[in-house]
Amino acid sequence: MDLNDTPEQAEYRARVRDWLEQHADEAPKITRDDITPEVIDARRKWQGKLAEAGFVGITWPREYGGQGLGPLEQVVFTQELSRAKLPGILDVIGIGMLGPTIIAHGSEEQKQRYLGPMLHGDEVWCQLFSEPAAGSDLAGIQSRAKLQDDGTWRVSGQKVWTTNAQFASFGLMMVRTDADVPKHKGLTMFVVPMDADGVTVRPLRQISGEAHFNEVFFDDVALDEAAPVGPVGNGWGVGLTTLMYERVAIGLGGDGFGWRADRFATALAADEGASADPETRRRLGEVAADLLSLRFTGYRQLSLLQRGQVPGPEGALGKITTIRAAIEAADLLVDALGPDALADHEWGGMVSELPGLKSAGGTEEILRNMVGERVLGLPPEPRLDKGIPFSELRAKEKEVAAG
Amino acid sequence: MNLALSDEQVFLLEAARGALGRFNTIAAARDALDGGELPDLWPTAREAGWSGLLVSDEHGGAGLGPFEAMLVMVECGRRLAPVPLLGHLPATALLDRSGEHPKLLASLAEGERRAAFVPARPPDSLDDAWTVDPLRGGRRAPVPRFDAGKQEGGPHPVDGTVTGDVSWVPDLPGVDAVVIVAVGEEGPVVLLADVEGTDGLTIEAVERYDATRSLGHLKLDGAPVTRLTLDADDAAFAWYLDQALLAAEALGVVEEALRRSVEYAKERFAFGRPIGSYQSVKHDLVEILRRKENLLSLVYYAGWAGEAKPDELPMAASAARTVGDGALDFATRELISVHGGIGATWEHDAPLFFRRAQLSKRLLGGGADSAERVADQLLSAAAL
Repeated sequence: MDLNDTPEQAEYRARVRDWLEQHADEAPKITRDDITPEVIDARRKWQGKLAEAGFVGITWPREYGGQGLGPLEQVVFTQELSRAKLPGILDVIGIGMLGPTIIAHGSEEQKQRYLGPMLHGDEVWCQLFSEPAAGSDLAGIQSRAKLQDDGTWRVSGQKVWTTNAQFASFGLMMVRTDADVPKHKGLTMFVVPMDADGVTVRPLRQISGEAHFNEVFFDDVALDEAAPVGPVGNGWGVGLTTLMYERVAIGLGGDGFGWRADRFATALAADEGASADPETRRRLGEVAADLLSLRFTGYRQLSLLQRGQVPGPEGALGKITTIRAAIEAADLLVDALGPDALADHEWGGMVSELPGLKSAGGTEEILRNMVGERVLGLPPEPRLDKGIPFSELRAKEKEVAAG
Repeated sequence: MNLALSDEQVFLLEAARGALGRFNTIAAARDALDGGELPDLWPTAREAGWSGLLVSDEHGGAGLGPFEAMLVMVECGRRLAPVPLLGHLPATALLDRSGEHPKLLASLAEGERRAAFVPARPPDSLDDAWTVDPLRGGRRAPVPRFDAGKQEGGPHPVDGTVTGDVSWVPDLPGVDAVVIVAVGEEGPVVLLADVEGTDGLTIEAVERYDATRSLGHLKLDGAPVTRLTLDADDAAFAWYLDQALLAAEALGVVEEALRRSVEYAKERFAFGRPIGSYQSVKHDLVEILRRKENLLSLVYYAGWAGEAKPDELPMAASAARTVGDGALDFATRELISVHGGIGATWEHDAPLFFRRAQLSKRLLGGGADSAERVADQLLSAAAL
């Protein structure tokens, strides 16, 4: 067991640290929540600089502009970024999840066309999977694409919880292309230009009053014959790749939201009453222990990745622990600091965003089902949609509802 | 970056599993509650080399580290095996650090003799005194007092006497030597005393709720002792080592509780379905797994800190103990619940794991104290 850098890793770390020190003043001064167009533009340029220096797509293959390095170098870079208190890239979803999906399933033309501009932040991407009626049961997607006689497609439907849609150039969209087969089988993944006619992006305000997500409407949007990623009808398989990368990202992303025990401790330490209260201290200790465990769960997963193994579905439990610890922490901070803290952008904002984030990337319930079945081998609940064509499902649901 | 077990560590783990597997420790745990004898696992520990696990090669031990000790504890926890390592390992680690009594140390490493560490909680910003667990109640008790004063003539050099009571000391009954943390005029001291023939030193064996956990109350009344050339950091190290060992033991219990719960949830049917297919049951079982995964990560952290980053051991061990106690309580209650009423009967094994959890989480400061230690370190760092 060894958590220290190897000589090669130490050398890489030194190179990253050196570059970040030299270019720190070029980074935009922002908070995570700041999404004005000026800030987005500044972050886009910062991503471009990081890409020029070889710090974006660190694990991507070299032939597509990446560095061909391992997950550990990615972690070293993220650690150094956090140490230098500098912002990361703008397009986390594109670089971490959608790019790798295109690399795994896209055509050579798609790779050549999309990956470069994605890497440099010239074209930001968004993930168009969830729908109002397809969240935990993602394969229940109702957006549909119809093949035209000339080989092009027409897409209609609605997506929701779409981060970055308001300034994205492209979306990776899961769409139903065949309703006459069981629901997982009739899906196809498409690349959708977000400036196409018929695409409407509407910001979705949340508990805090701010809009970090969007809903996106598609009204008979025309897509060319090269739009599908992977075979038609294999959208579910392509999507699983994206979700696998999402799981890895969540597992390794620990401090990404700024939910760090030292930050909570600093806020409490500033208040003499709070920092001397045994109950407050005990609660802080419990939250901090959970957050600390996540860091080492991340290291365990890294050790697997380094040996060429893919971390198992139990990685999803890290997300549950993260959200729970953050909820406890925000609750503790507001308890300690009083009602004013609810109006505070930092802690009040955290209180407001967590109920929604609890469902992001899969609700706690669906993650527990998945882990219970795949890791513990527990039998699934009986389901009514197995083997039934999607087009007949609605009638069947109505029948059940009617008793 | 390599947070995984080495081949040697896997071997040690499997050997421990094999060695303990020769005894029906679970049935013995139940019999012992009815007055039966527990198997003597000390010969097994000696044979496996656990008695000298934390003693360096030059002093006749295996020269292994805290992480290996923790791996053995995981296996002991899994089988509720009464191996007195919680007392012996920190005591030998301290003697090994001092290097002063090689003969005694060699016989402890070999297992011919047995020692117990008499733990004391290091001060923090809420309580600036060294304290020990109280006999009862919520107020912590003072550590024994050391009065310096050389005496000649005995089998060992005597550097003074020690007076005070320490309650609930793990593995105290039957030991040959004790390593005691006390406070003298200049601050904390680490002391060594023989048990046999030492005036003013008495051990009362106590059994509470979990017959597999050997405990004792130590009474010291002007007992002559030898002072070891160790300081406050060494005494604190031994305290955190015990926290890490308890966390590792909890991991073994939790893993076994999860295994048994899942197995039963697959084979027990209700309303025509295995109960493990119901979300309410499934989600609780996953909750055990979630807590177990968190605990495993922190056990690794504490093990790594113990061998490579000693200054992080207080944080790592305290965090592991905090998560460990929570997991222990949840998993052993769930083990009973998933079995329904039968899980709460004397004939069933589940109550034995529950008893282990209920006692463990109240020893050595308790899980609430370890959370306080985590917070204390964070708040102290933040105030700088």
